[in-house]
Amino acid sequence: MKLLAYFRAIAARFFHRSQLEADMDEELLSHIQHRADDLQRSGLDRAEAERHARIEFGGHERFKEESREAFGGNFIETLIKDVRFSVRVLRKSRGFTVIAVITLALAIGANAVVFSVLNVLVLRPLNVPQPESLYALEHGSDRSLVLSYPDYLDLRDRNHSFDGLAAYNNFQAGLDTGDNSTRAFVDEVTGNYFDVFRIQPFLGRFFHASDEHGPNSAPYVVLTYAYWHSHFQGDRGVVGRTVHLDKHPFTIIGVAPPGFHGPVVFFGQDFFVPIVSREPVEGQNSLNDRGAPSLLMAIGHLKPGVTPPQAIGDLNSIGSYLEKTYPKTDSKMRFVLARPSLFGDAAGPGTRAFLTGLMLLAGLILLAACANLGSLFAARAADRSRELALRLALGASRSRILRGLFTEALLISLMGGAFGLWGSIALLSGLSAWQPVPKYPVHVAVNPDGNVYAVAFALALVSGILFGMVPVRQVLRVDPYQVVKSGSTTTGGRRITARDLLLVVQIAICAVLVTSSIVAVRGLVRELHSNFGFEPQHAMLMDTDLNMAGYHGDAVPGMQKRMIDAVEAIPGVTSVGLIDLPPLASAGDTNPSPVFTGETTDLRPANAAAISATYSVSPEYFRTAGTALLAGRSLSWHDDKKAPRVAVINKEFARKIFGSVPNATGRYYKIKDGSRVQVVGIVENGKYGDLTEDPRPAMFFPILQSPSSGTTLVVRSNRDPAQLAAAMRATLRDLDPALPPYIETWSKGMDPVLFASRMATFALGVMGVMGVMLSLTGIFGMAAYSVGKRLKELGIRMALGARRQEVLQAALGRAFSLLAWGSAAGLILGILASQVLASIVYTATPRDPLVLAGTILAMAFIGLVATWIPAQRVLSLDPLTLLREE
Amino acid sequence: MPGQAQLLPGTLDLLILKAVSLGPLHGYGVLLRIGQISGQALLIEQGALYPALFRLVRQGLLKATWGTSDNNRRAKFYELTSLGRKRLREEAAGWNRLATAIASALAAQPEEI
Repeated sequence: MKLLAYFRAIAARFFHRSQLEADMDEELLSHIQHRADDLQRSGLDRAEAERHARIEFGGHERFKEESREAFGGNFIETLIKDVRFSVRVLRKSRGFTVIAVITLALAIGANAVVFSVLNVLVLRPLNVPQPESLYALEHGSDRSLVLSYPDYLDLRDRNHSFDGLAAYNNFQAGLDTGDNSTRAFVDEVTGNYFDVFRIQPFLGRFFHASDEHGPNSAPYVVLTYAYWHSHFQGDRGVVGRTVHLDKHPFTIIGVAPPGFHGPVVFFGQDFFVPIVSREPVEGQNSLNDRGAPSLLMAIGHLKPGVTPPQAIGDLNSIGSYLEKTYPKTDSKMRFVLARPSLFGDAAGPGTRAFLTGLMLLAGLILLAACANLGSLFAARAADRSRELALRLALGASRSRILRGLFTEALLISLMGGAFGLWGSIALLSGLSAWQPVPKYPVHVAVNPDGNVYAVAFALALVSGILFGMVPVRQVLRVDPYQVVKSGSTTTGGRRITARDLLLVVQIAICAVLVTSSIVAVRGLVRELHSNFGFEPQHAMLMDTDLNMAGYHGDAVPGMQKRMIDAVEAIPGVTSVGLIDLPPLASAGDTNPSPVFTGETTDLRPANAAAISATYSVSPEYFRTAGTALLAGRSLSWHDDKKAPRVAVINKEFARKIFGSVPNATGRYYKIKDGSRVQVVGIVENGKYGDLTEDPRPAMFFPILQSPSSGTTLVVRSNRDPAQLAAAMRATLRDLDPALPPYIETWSKGMDPVLFASRMATFALGVMGVMGVMLSLTGIFGMAAYSVGKRLKELGIRMALGARRQEVLQAALGRAFSLLAWGSAAGLILGILASQVLASIVYTATPRDPLVLAGTILAMAFIGLVATWIPAQRVLSLDPLTLLREE
Repeated sequence: MPGQAQLLPGTLDLLILKAVSLGPLHGYGVLLRIGQISGQALLIEQGALYPALFRLVRQGLLKATWGTSDNNRRAKFYELTSLGRKRLREEAAGWNRLATAIASALAAQPEEI
């Protein structure tokens, strides 16, 4: 017997579940037998005694169920049972399951995509050691990051807060590997750059601070891993090879580790060179110029134990020292620390705010989807009230039934989450490969990581619980007796139910999305047709830098003139103008520089009358660009080095410095090198840095007086852009084969500045469409359900002579009034939310009759489409058939 | 049934512990013992006993072994563990405090205030 008990215990361990179950059965049976024994002794016969014992025992199954719960630990078993049952139920109603899963997949997919982008751009730290202590120096006054090299050296050597301070700048260079000449994006970095980032080379070695011995001392190249793969085929023998950069020999010494591309997450440069190897441009080395902001960003790790405020104090004391020592060039040397990954606070806050907003919208979509599914679930629970009542009557506990419903909800949500994640991964890999601005190496690898999977899973769970919760109250209220007796739970049905409320909320959310996407689209359309101060249609840009082919000093203007003449000779070209860097290109770079009134003698930055965008142009530029000359004359080829310095200014410049346009012509002002410049002409205002800017001063110098190797030819022609581009490329190759041009239409050239608003509009458009789809299914579900429920009543009404529109009114009036309420609420909310949009999409304004009309039309359309099928069903009712069948 | 009282929630566990403390019992035996020691004054639904028994086993207050009853039937016998004994002492003390307090409260006369 002991041995038997022993085996039993062992078996119990292996066959725990079924053993317990058998154990329990045996024990309960034993109880009943004992009771029957007693009853038998009191005079009943055995059969009667056992029957009595059973009745006295009470609900056998119920107690067994409670006992199982008392045992605890059978969670898994119950779960498996619930899942099995739920799968059976879901398979029975396939349509419902498919719709629910698709709805959730869309909503969760949208969230996963938005979150991935947010994750990469905002949340995920840089892929370098200790990213949390990495900061960029930012000017407190204008939130810019640029520094001059001498200032950087002072900051680097005098601070006590940073564990090394590195800086870099980027530029384009012509790279000649011996076989061909290509444009490359180069980061010129300080010698300590790689050591400050604390990274090790993948191949070869890095250069270090010890390699810097004055100008041109370290002609080394470190390739990024990606560029090494794409342009050197991952050849390990690349280390030690000599390449030519802008015609100067450099040696490749190493390859950076995979995934390292500097401190800015969305910029992918090709390689790094030491900044001391920067070639003197135009005969002067800007590295020695304390007034020239030649560094894009300075970055460093805070020393352990140094807090950001301490570091800021430290930097500011150096700043005031610099202001005192170099009053001519240094002013407003107040610093704050910023995260480098989005170019500090220049692009950071906008991007962050937009992505956060988008995340909120995506969350709203998911919420709307949950509301949608919640009402579907509630409707189903109502339809299944008979089944639920029966199960309750048979001894199932309410908690167990709820558990089953939740299991169904979670199954659906997890399936939806899996499909959504799958879709989003596909979408994201497309997005990662996408180059939004083909001219610049801007791209973001938004491949999902663990965070994204976790968030998608959590969202799936939460949404499952959310919409699973909707029918809970309903189930708790079910009175099995009533239901089984009367066959349905229609209790009144006239008051506002949770389901109605959900639908209103959902429609409101949808209306918010529709409103904001219409606002964004309208804004973008207006943006594309606003006045830029030039005419981008029918114009091409050919961008090149003469430095890349080794032109310096006086060779530059001659070559530029030859280029203009050669391109002008191409058949079909109306005119050709030259500008160093066209407005609204290159993500807002306008070479801002201080200007002074003619009387100013102390030319320190603090005394500047204005900060003006600066351009060097050829005489034909204004005509070619379509910039209207308001007064005076344009520039001419006679405005050369021998002639007095002249400039064409814009209207805003004239207003700010000289008071008005008529006042300005012929007057003088000073620029920061002290030259007096005479104003010879005034042109209309334009957009220079970005589309949302207020009118700002701009000045245009003749290229002969203010030469620049940066060369962009503006070519006006009605010819087909592709053909023209080929002709232009051939022309340039004939002039100098070593000059790599980038040719695009001017409209395309404006992509970088339009990028943000385009992305915003696109994202909002997608959200809007999803919102519309969700509302459609939501209203359709509600209308179809209420029509289905009331078929009998409607049939009777028709039989009694109600007219069709009265029946329709009865069947769908509620859906429409809910739609109206939801739309009104959503429209108001949407208009409020769109105020935020106006900061991203220029000219986006919600106070626009078209927006109002568009939203109302869209919502009405949604209502019409969604109720079409249910309405058809009502209209095709045949009361006779209906009454016979019911 | 006159003279019988509904159990207060939570008291079933205490009664089971007390019943079993007087000697190992099988489920039906527990029922009979409670009836016996309470003077048949407490009404326990028979089936409701088992979830409570299993719960106490899981909490480690009781331990169960299969054996043979006086009726010569197989039955599962429950006895107190040391933890169970301790719990019984605590619960009994707690209950007595409560009962005394309520009794004295109910016995209060107007003139005593």
